[in-house]
Amino acid sequence: MIQWTELAVFSVLFAVITVMGFMAARWQRGSTLDHLDEWGLGGRKFGSWITWFLIGGDLYTAYTFVAVPALLFGAGAMGFFALPYTVILYPMVFLPVLRLWSVSRVHGYVTPADFVQGRYGSSLLALLVAITGLVATMPYIALQLVGLEAVLRTMGLNGTGIAGHLPLLVAFVILAIFTYQSGLRAPALIAFVKDILIYVVILVAVIYLPARFGGWSAIFDAADTKFQATEATSDNILLTGNNQLQYITLALGSALALFLYPHALTGVLASRGRNVIKRNMMALPAYSLVLGLLALLGYVAIAAGVKPITNNATGRADTNTIVPVLFDNEFGSLFAGVAFAAIGIGALVPAAIMSIAAANLWTRNIYKAYLRRDATPRQEAAQAKIASLVVKLGAVLFIIAIDPQFSIDLQLIGGVIILQTLPAVAIALYTRWLHRWALVAGWVVGMGYGMYLLYLIPNPNAGRAHFGGSALALDKLTLFGWHPFTGSPVQIYVGFVALTLNLLVAVLGTLVLRARNVAEGADATSPADYHADEGSERLKPVADVSVEPAR
Amino acid sequence: MSKTSRLRHDQEGLRWNAWNLLLLVPFLMLVTPWFNAIEPTLFGMPFFYWSQFAWVPVGVACVAIVYVRTRDESSPLAPGAPTDVDDLDEGAGR
Repeated sequence: MIQWTELAVFSVLFAVITVMGFMAARWQRGSTLDHLDEWGLGGRKFGSWITWFLIGGDLYTAYTFVAVPALLFGAGAMGFFALPYTVILYPMVFLPVLRLWSVSRVHGYVTPADFVQGRYGSSLLALLVAITGLVATMPYIALQLVGLEAVLRTMGLNGTGIAGHLPLLVAFVILAIFTYQSGLRAPALIAFVKDILIYVVILVAVIYLPARFGGWSAIFDAADTKFQATEATSDNILLTGNNQLQYITLALGSALALFLYPHALTGVLASRGRNVIKRNMMALPAYSLVLGLLALLGYVAIAAGVKPITNNATGRADTNTIVPVLFDNEFGSLFAGVAFAAIGIGALVPAAIMSIAAANLWTRNIYKAYLRRDATPRQEAAQAKIASLVVKLGAVLFIIAIDPQFSIDLQLIGGVIILQTLPAVAIALYTRWLHRWALVAGWVVGMGYGMYLLYLIPNPNAGRAHFGGSALALDKLTLFGWHPFTGSPVQIYVGFVALTLNLLVAVLGTLVLRARNVAEGADATSPADYHADEGSERLKPVADVSVEPAR
Repeated sequence: MSKTSRLRHDQEGLRWNAWNLLLLVPFLMLVTPWFNAIEPTLFGMPFFYWSQFAWVPVGVACVAIVYVRTRDESSPLAPGAPTDVDDLDEGAGR
């Protein structure tokens, strides 16, 4: 049944952000939109507030808001890893991200692969980093659609077949057009609306709902009762002996991975200066608090007896609908409409940023590096705009043609594969000791081993033998048929294991290559580049149309 | 992560500052056995959950202190005043 009031509120708010998206092209306008610095990085001049909303809107996505509570709803304490992950994240990246900002401003880098190209003079390594970024980002965009669709289906737009996907398609076409026109300025402006809505909804939800269900104590009791009743031993309101290591390594691995994603770096590179980034690293944990509270709504949903909606397109119960259903049941339809708009707009902001980041990667590191080396900045911008449309179309097709579960699995894999670029991107910010060919070898081995381990993981609940998650029982850990931990049910995050092997290969490879004096390529960056701040004459002018020096 | 490599000071232009060590403090929250317990509860919330919320302000404080204490070093390079020959070379091209 269609919830008309909710739908009306949702549509009005959606119309507001559509207008904002188109007007954003004129906001803080630079000299031209025909340059990647302008279209793809908003003129590289965002201040502290805009950056806070932009990065916050980028990292804390609709999918996060829907999936993290769903994880607690289904698996208990393990799902709470999102909190430690976002607490250690900012202290961890505080210093490296500043170095990356400086070196990118000095040399005009737009993507992490640009930096790798400049640092190592290796187009193969840069291409690997670019492809990894693209492959990891695509399912992430598709996931935003999963979040958006969960909301649309809760509002009653739960059709079957292609008609069931129509509302999603409409929302995405609008998004595609204003991103094409306004570039990064569109999500930056809309992020204000998104975050204000999210904060209002969450504050109301975490104050009102616990009181309604007898306080936190009763809610945790209800969750405990549910988990005790199931046969599985892994779900519990505390960590079990078997998933503590997984909790730690997943939080750590996710934190290491996040700022390797091209879209996270897009927000950083769009900021005006180092102080803007520093202030943001202090202020962004405000979102962590919200995320933690939101996660607990998974338990509130248990206490409220929420039943997930069956997705009519796939015919299965979709636990991602539990938070929308909770809002639908417990709030008046006016406020539920606001909450749904918050989640829906929360899907569009990151989807726009991700598609821009993917378009930048394609343009800079594949189109310009291989297809058209003499492309002018104007042609680059035109190419990126078209690429952003293609990327979004691909994401929509992904959701329509393939089971959404597949994009959720791919996103899990995405974390594992993006981690494999850590040595070439993050470590390279500090030292060039690792040899470029050793980095290539480490990437190949880490990627292959990670995929192999993911293949070994079954998911008995979903009845699948392979790619059933990212938690690997140590029992299954194998290296050329050698099982170092036979019989151990303790779980660990696959990305962490693969990264360890990647680093090992990179270090050993470097020792061998250095002993043989293999050429290590030219470094276009100099030590002082990594400390340059706004106002310095070292910085390359924004939207500079002069021809780049030969790479 | 790659913090140990900071010792290669002159070669990579790394700046050591002891205040930066504070950034390691939040990692202590990864020691799950310390807080994987129901009691003591706060507002009915098990220790496992509320103690992790308590780490959020700790993380913010650590980053804030580092930010304030390292602010003066932010641009020791005066604009356009390179410190060594390599920089002169690099600066001329851009």
